Amino acid sequence: MRLLTKHFGELDIDESKIIAFPEGIPGFEQEREFVVINNEDETNPFQWLQSINNPDLAFVIINPFHVFPDYDIILPETVQKKLLINDEKEVVVYSLVVVPKDIHKMTVNLLAPIIININKKIGKQVILEDSRYTTKHYIFKQASGGE
Amino acid sequence: MLILTRKKDESIIIGGNIEVKILGIEDGKVSIGIKAPKEVDIFRKEVYESIEEENMKAAIIESDIDEVKKFIREK
Repeated sequence: MRLLTKHFGELDIDESKIIAFPEGIPGFEQEREFVVINNEDETNPFQWLQSINNPDLAFVIINPFHVFPDYDIILPETVQKKLLINDEKEVVVYSLVVVPKDIHKMTVNLLAPIIININKKIGKQVILEDSRYTTKHYIFKQASGGE
Repeated sequence: MLILTRKKDESIIIGGNIEVKILGIEDGKVSIGIKAPKEVDIFRKEVYESIEEENMKAAIIESDIDEVKKFIREK
């Protein structure tokens, strides 16, 4: 299918790659389908999560383990069931990135990762019960100076 | 908003499958037990709202998208 997006122009979306978010995500409960747009540069950890329903809506996402090597999460059993996860190899984790005017102050939401079952193409934003993580972790260490 | 008065150890039932029970009341704090089907997500409201707020910010890319793409490429 063709999708005319605000940020990427016209995209040719492979429908088999569309991920269902049956509950939407908090604040965007009506957005039930997204697609991950990979960065052309494969070594680049940043990717994009594009809404299918709303072509103007896209998020910057990142592989959190790439930027925060110590990041670890425990997926509650209820989430594993909802996403039909049988094997951890099916699980892909992304974090949403907030890009402010001063790009160096980009933050990552480690408290609520986007969890996707890549085989079954189902996703959910999971709010962790983990006091180590917040909604704002700076990507670039220098940006946190003086904050 | 529906307002009900409950004492300690009393419950309310919502929709036949969710039970909310008052477990204790002390110093202005109420501890609540919730029995609900596993597919029902339960959050402290302020936590859910903080995620909503952060998602709203993540959706609005204030910087020029090409600038972001360029910046990201260079990292």
